[in-house]
Amino acid sequence: MRMRLGGVLAAFLLTAAPLRAAAPPPPKPPANDDCLSCHADPSAKRANGSSIFVDKKVFGDSVHGAAGASCVDCHQDLARTTDFPHSEKLAPVDCAVCHASQVEEYHQSVHARERGKSKASKAATCTDCHGIHDILPSKDAASRTNHFNLPTTCLRCHANIAVVPGAGGPAVNQPALFHDSIHGKALEKSGLKVAPNCANCHGAHAIRDPRTDPESLVFRSKVPATCGSCHSKILDEYSASIHGEQLAKGNQKVPVCADCHTAHAITAAPEVRRLQILHECGGCHESHLKTYRDTYHGQVSAMGFSRVATCADCHTAHEIHPAGDARSSVGPAKRLATCQKCHPGVGASFAKYDPHADTHDRGRSQLLWATSLFMKILLVGVFAFFGVHTVLWFPRSVKARRDTDAKKNGEA
Amino acid sequence: MSEESPAAPTAEAAATGWVRRFDGYDRSLHVLLMASFLGLSFTGLPLLFSERAWAARLSRVVGGFQAAGFLHRIFAACMLLTFGLHLARLLKRIFGDRDYGILWGPRSMVPRPEDLKQLIGHVRWFVGRGPRPEFDRFTYWEKFDYWAVFWGMGIIGGSGLILWFPRFWAHLLPGDLFNVTLLIHGEEALLATVFIFTIHFFNGHLRPEKFPMDTVIFTGVLPLDEVRHERPAEYARLVADGELERIAAPAPDPEILKRGRIVGTTAVLLGLLLVTLTLYALLS
Repeated sequence: MRMRLGGVLAAFLLTAAPLRAAAPPPPKPPANDDCLSCHADPSAKRANGSSIFVDKKVFGDSVHGAAGASCVDCHQDLARTTDFPHSEKLAPVDCAVCHASQVEEYHQSVHARERGKSKASKAATCTDCHGIHDILPSKDAASRTNHFNLPTTCLRCHANIAVVPGAGGPAVNQPALFHDSIHGKALEKSGLKVAPNCANCHGAHAIRDPRTDPESLVFRSKVPATCGSCHSKILDEYSASIHGEQLAKGNQKVPVCADCHTAHAITAAPEVRRLQILHECGGCHESHLKTYRDTYHGQVSAMGFSRVATCADCHTAHEIHPAGDARSSVGPAKRLATCQKCHPGVGASFAKYDPHADTHDRGRSQLLWATSLFMKILLVGVFAFFGVHTVLWFPRSVKARRDTDAKKNGEA
Repeated sequence: MSEESPAAPTAEAAATGWVRRFDGYDRSLHVLLMASFLGLSFTGLPLLFSERAWAARLSRVVGGFQAAGFLHRIFAACMLLTFGLHLARLLKRIFGDRDYGILWGPRSMVPRPEDLKQLIGHVRWFVGRGPRPEFDRFTYWEKFDYWAVFWGMGIIGGSGLILWFPRFWAHLLPGDLFNVTLLIHGEEALLATVFIFTIHFFNGHLRPEKFPMDTVIFTGVLPLDEVRHERPAEYARLVADGELERIAAPAPDPEILKRGRIVGTTAVLLGLLLVTLTLYALLS
């Protein structure tokens, strides 16, 4: 060992002097075939037993192989290595050399953030989504990042509780929810390229935390714009509505698309949505939900039947305006037409029915308030009187029964 | 309320010790009223307590809210028919038979000052401060039951008919009257069901003297002893007028008695089930 070290030192001293005088040509980087002389062997392994095999055909078919990229274009530290077999410890491949903007975006993502927190993090890097030697262009139907394949790629981690805590659990069951959603069905069953996959809403490289990062495409205030990138007419209607106006003013309490349609389980099934909407609207408009429950509409829907008017049937889903606004579906101008959607042929008087009548609100309807009071007095009066009457009668009746029975027994 | 059987009794029948109180017409109307009332309760009450799990379940048992609404209207028609048949009979007795005794007097349902006196006397008897009042053919609580149903027919039936044909009525009435109508219909229904299933059941059937039930409404006859004991004023009147022989009846047919017990017990149990659910919903 010492002999060999001495030899290397001697060789260095011998070659060092002319190096300083005139820069010699750098060592010729190894060609792909040089690398494959070892890496094409399917049985070749590292010291720890892991395979170092690279399939020549797979690489050749990949976007990089097809473009004629060489191994050392990515494994740049090997371009200057002359000592082969090279060390097992190589510098990590830096995709940013060629894909600078994408890597820049990645560094703003929740994936990069998790990696930054802990070395042990399993958060995705370039290769987790794109692959390694087998990277295919997204246009390719077999690519992991192809429009139709992306959900499967994301779900490799996001449906795996070992990688993403809570993923696939009952509370955060995004995979199944998306799969059954109208977007999931359109994408996976109908093969619609206009159907969104994960990246359309969350972004591809700059996937930000929707709860904390205001720049996230699905941060609360950004949701309408993101959905509106496809549903543009709905976005126009929503933006003009009282909710859209308030959102623009910074009111974070107003409903955005996902509050009613949910984030992943987006459904077209009206019978489901029409009942869910009651809790959604009722979360803020509590008193209106309460008065609605006093009406036939509210009673029937409370029992789980959806064939009656719920919030959006009268107020519309997206074009909600204050009742005083001429555009409002429940304002004086449009109210009758709104009632006639379900009650065809009814007249103006019919539309004077108050679907949110409040028996406690004397100002809203004096007649209803007075009737309610009368009914309460009547009920309380009748039951108080006969309640006392019955309670007093009972013990006397017991005694009367005993007397008759005793008399009968005496006769017998 | 009812006419005594016109059939002339035999001396043997009088010797049985039974007399007729209700004839077939009134007994049939009572059965029809029971059936339609229970039907209306089962199809209507779920709406009043729609946020309770039992309401949704009950509504599904009867076939969903649309089926419940359909059945409710069928039962409503039956009940209005019952009411109509009763009114027709009253009119016949007043204008046909010129039986003005049903308008005023001891055989009438119309309340009299004696009823108030008897109410006070009855309460005094409850607390052991007086003798039991000498009741006649209809006691004050029976009259209350009768007029409560009469009033209920008008109020619940009337409001129900408005709600049944809203398009028609909206031409004649302002739309916000439907709010009042719906409120009245529901509150009156609550009053009627809870009253019948508690107070009427107690007064008529469940109180210890009658327990488990008074079968007179099914058989039409009751022991003469019972009249003498519970309705001494009626007994004295019948004796004075020589009417006893005319209303004497054979003892109830055991088959009819059995059938009446089954029907009555079923109705009472169904009513108690509903009133339990109602009180549970109201009080919890």
